[in-house]
Amino acid sequence: MALQTQSQDIEKETAAIIDVHEHQEGPLLPILHDVQGKFGYVPEDALLKIADRLNLSRAEVHGTMSFYPDFRTEPAGRHVLKVCRAEACQSMGGEKLADDIQRDLGIKWHETTPDGKVTLEPVYCLGLCSCAPAAMMDGNLHGRLDEDAVLKLVEEVK
Amino acid sequence: MTLIKETDFGTPQSTAEKTVTITVDGFDVSVPEGTSVMRASMEAGIQVPKLCATDMVDAFGSCRLCLVEIEGRRGTPASCTTLVEEGMQVRTQTDRLKGLRRGVMELYISDHPLDCLTCAANGDCELQDMAGAVGLRDVRYGADAQNHFKMRDGGGEVNACWKPKDESNPYFTYDPAKCIVCSRCVRACEEVQGTFALTITGRGFDSRVTAGMSESFLDSECVSCGACVQACPTGTLQEKSVIDIGQPERSVVTTCAYCGVGCSFKAEMRGDELVRMVPYKDGKANRGHSCVKGRFAYGYAAHQDRILNPMVRESVDLPWREVSWDEALSFAANKMKGIQQQYGKESVGVITSSRCTNEETFLVQKLTRAVFENNNTDTCARVCHSPTGYGLGQTFGTSAGTQDFDSVEHSDVVLVIGANPTDGHPVFGSRLKKRLRQGAKLIVIDPRRTDLVKSPHIKASHHLALRPGTNVAIVTAMAHVIVTEGLFDEAFIRERCDMDEFQDYVEFVSDPANSPEAAELLTGVPAEEVRGAARLYARGGNGAIYYGLGVTEHSQGSTTVIGIANLAMLTGNIGKKGVGVNPLRGQNNVQGSCDMGSFPHELPGYRHVKNADARDIYEQIWGVTISDEPGLRIPNMLDAAVEGTFKGIYVQGEDILQSDPDTKHVAAGLAAMECVIVHDLFLNETANYAHVFLPGSTFLEKDGTFTNAERRINRVRKVMAPRNGYADWEVTQLLANAMGANWTYTHPSQIMEEIAATTPSFANVTYDLLEEQGSVQWPCNEEMPEGTPTMHLDGFVRGKGRFIRTDYVATDEKTGPRFPLLLTTGRILSQYNVGAQTRRTDNVVWHEEDVLEIHPHDAEVRGIKDGDWLKLMSRSGETSLRANVTDRVSTGVVYTTFHHPATQANVVTTDYSDWATNCPEYKVTAVQVSLSNGQTDWQEEYQEHAARSRRIEAAE
Repeated sequence: MALQTQSQDIEKETAAIIDVHEHQEGPLLPILHDVQGKFGYVPEDALLKIADRLNLSRAEVHGTMSFYPDFRTEPAGRHVLKVCRAEACQSMGGEKLADDIQRDLGIKWHETTPDGKVTLEPVYCLGLCSCAPAAMMDGNLHGRLDEDAVLKLVEEVK
Repeated sequence: MTLIKETDFGTPQSTAEKTVTITVDGFDVSVPEGTSVMRASMEAGIQVPKLCATDMVDAFGSCRLCLVEIEGRRGTPASCTTLVEEGMQVRTQTDRLKGLRRGVMELYISDHPLDCLTCAANGDCELQDMAGAVGLRDVRYGADAQNHFKMRDGGGEVNACWKPKDESNPYFTYDPAKCIVCSRCVRACEEVQGTFALTITGRGFDSRVTAGMSESFLDSECVSCGACVQACPTGTLQEKSVIDIGQPERSVVTTCAYCGVGCSFKAEMRGDELVRMVPYKDGKANRGHSCVKGRFAYGYAAHQDRILNPMVRESVDLPWREVSWDEALSFAANKMKGIQQQYGKESVGVITSSRCTNEETFLVQKLTRAVFENNNTDTCARVCHSPTGYGLGQTFGTSAGTQDFDSVEHSDVVLVIGANPTDGHPVFGSRLKKRLRQGAKLIVIDPRRTDLVKSPHIKASHHLALRPGTNVAIVTAMAHVIVTEGLFDEAFIRERCDMDEFQDYVEFVSDPANSPEAAELLTGVPAEEVRGAARLYARGGNGAIYYGLGVTEHSQGSTTVIGIANLAMLTGNIGKKGVGVNPLRGQNNVQGSCDMGSFPHELPGYRHVKNADARDIYEQIWGVTISDEPGLRIPNMLDAAVEGTFKGIYVQGEDILQSDPDTKHVAAGLAAMECVIVHDLFLNETANYAHVFLPGSTFLEKDGTFTNAERRINRVRKVMAPRNGYADWEVTQLLANAMGANWTYTHPSQIMEEIAATTPSFANVTYDLLEEQGSVQWPCNEEMPEGTPTMHLDGFVRGKGRFIRTDYVATDEKTGPRFPLLLTTGRILSQYNVGAQTRRTDNVVWHEEDVLEIHPHDAEVRGIKDGDWLKLMSRSGETSLRANVTDRVSTGVVYTTFHHPATQANVVTTDYSDWATNCPEYKVTAVQVSLSNGQTDWQEEYQEHAARSRRIEAAE
């Protein structure tokens, strides 16, 4: 699993991903996406390899990656719950829902439950305003949520 | 004198030829097409408020302060990103604009500390200036809101947005609390310096300037060039010296005394204290850029090791005795006179310095020619660029580079041979990298993978990683390709070169023995790479060659220089912008010291001592008879000393014991002399064998001129009184007068008058002209009254360019079972030459000892790991240093620097030298490397001897 990936493997896998995208214009973002897809995060070794192959500085790849909150520097839990905190959801009780979930899971934003199962992330609009408050579990959208509905979602994946 | 502030036009100058006229606030202004509205306004004398724009970098359009109104356009476009169009009507100051700007400023200030009175940038802060310019009177947004500048919030909790200062760099501080995220530093690092060490992390309110991957500045790729500090409009990036001292009150424009780029700097002063050195935008060599050495490493001038009083001793095993100037000078004069009486006129000589001014060098060679009455003068150019003098003199007719540095902006293909400009000539390196990022192609010929071969946004099209010592084979192989594939420029050759010699050369070079395939056996470079490189250079557009000591410091150094000149002539790459043959000179004034007649066979202006007309000019003025016999070169002086016929030497500003090859031989030569006079800032290694020490002055303490690698004569200006009492030219004059001369110079400008009156290529040079023009490139005479940026414009100086055969002869220094590896030496960015100055500054944080680069394969078979102590042995000697295991060097090649006396890399180098000029073969030594547990006996003995020789008797 991702956590045990050795740095040699990271270099090898990253090199294979770079081979795929290297020749297109603006290859950095597609590469970062695939690396995160592969490892669940963007390991530093991968980032250094990307900088070297694309002939960019360490600062440049770091600056680009840090611009996008979705790119992780460390592995997430098994499941990622993203809760919308944008205006429409706020107006439908999203703030309270956000507080409840944090209290129930015992973690704050960007943290992972001690059993390594769920990572909690804020997100600013999922485009599901008509069904606010909304959240996304492992890429699947869920609307008209309340505390119980969210807990149920969590139970299902646990 | 006041503080010089160059006008900041906000965006770079456009080079377009077509002009466009616009109206700014009712005033007409004509500017080149492609100019920004902001720059056009500034040209009209109207400054539009701005924060993120500065003319060293491209427009960015992020601060929204430079908004203007343009008739017929909606909204308020940013003047920095809007280009001029014919007939544009621009208004820079309307009620609407005033309101908008105030609003923008209010937002900036809401996240900025209001500690102006205690801020180091107070008085030099663009944020402060702009708040004043837009009339900011009130900030409505409370400082209790989220901010970056308070360590703790109102409730005493730590503010997560706040970040501590980064003080890791020894010369400047980064204080994120004051940052307005204008990106000027990031862009300066990218566009001006080309290192790409800085970035903005995060986004929105979380955006922060960071170095590397959110590392400290010191741990990041930062090379401490200072471009970011210069670009910062606030106190965020600030020189530590300004934090310590305060703002300067006056500036003096002068020239850096490190490498051959010869950057112009403003020495910014408060009283006689140097506050900081800031690169001067009007400097024609550096165009406002600098490196870590010139910008920051000046602390040696005030270092405690500096010797300020003259000292003498009867013999070198006694401690030094501090004496008055009079006593030291008469002691030295008596000794030298005594030696000449006993052993003859030829038994003494001088070594001039490539670190001192033209005027000082001129006086030192005048000392030997007019006072000692012999030609025993030599200079450190002997050990670096003497083959350049010979090779270019033979082929083109002048022994100097053909271009100015601006020329690189017009190059399409750049061929770099045996040079590492990003370390050795960093400001030129940055200018070259800028051109490469614009699309110029690069070929690198170097045994080592230098940063130019591959670094962010830079990649050489061809890297010919040759075996050290085979330059001639590679260069001739390239010529073979150009000739046999018909890539040469026949029209150019017919018009400008000697055809007989060309035909002879064609016959020679077409021989299959000179093909890349044949050369491959010698050089180890695949023939196809050589062919590709030759085709690219010949047919890629304007082709420019830049080369360094990797070319000259070989037994065939002069041959390689000739080979390079042949390449340029073959392809017609001479006599216009963007082309040429350009030696990258090692030291600030190595060009000047050669121009000034430092060589034993040449009077100033490269006129041979056999030339009776030239001798006559000096004999008339000096009232002496000048010998028509060439004098001794440095190695000959040392040989003669060991033989007992050469007994006295005056060495100005050079450390021959550390910088010259085969240290043991140099030591033996010095030890055999009866009077060694060292004139220097510090008790250098040579001074261990000296009888008289005359304290020297730094470049900050005297007037004069330096001549850089592009033949540019730049003024050096005195910014403070000499701490030792006298400028170096005064000391030489005092010594000459103590020997019975009657020199009466009262200012270096009088020495320049003498130089101009006697040297045709300097005929028009005066201090008044330099004052008026800033600098001039020689030849500067009646034909070219304001100097010569590009040489050989309509034909070669010598008449017809000469092709000369370049037979490859392998060096006698060969690898074998006992010494299987080849050692080559070089420089790194933060240290300079023997390190006498840079070792006495905080630059040591980047390079505290010399290390040996060795390829992982060579390391593995010897059981060597990174950081291990190694013994490095050659046929000449042995030393020890630590290993740096890296694939920058090829297998079979090891590399080190020579910045530290404890290592003494030159103990290992041999006394082989260039066939034409005796330039030592530093770049090739057969060596063996093995693990060791510490310093060699020799190193320990040496250090003990050095410590003993440096004793100074306590004052009574």
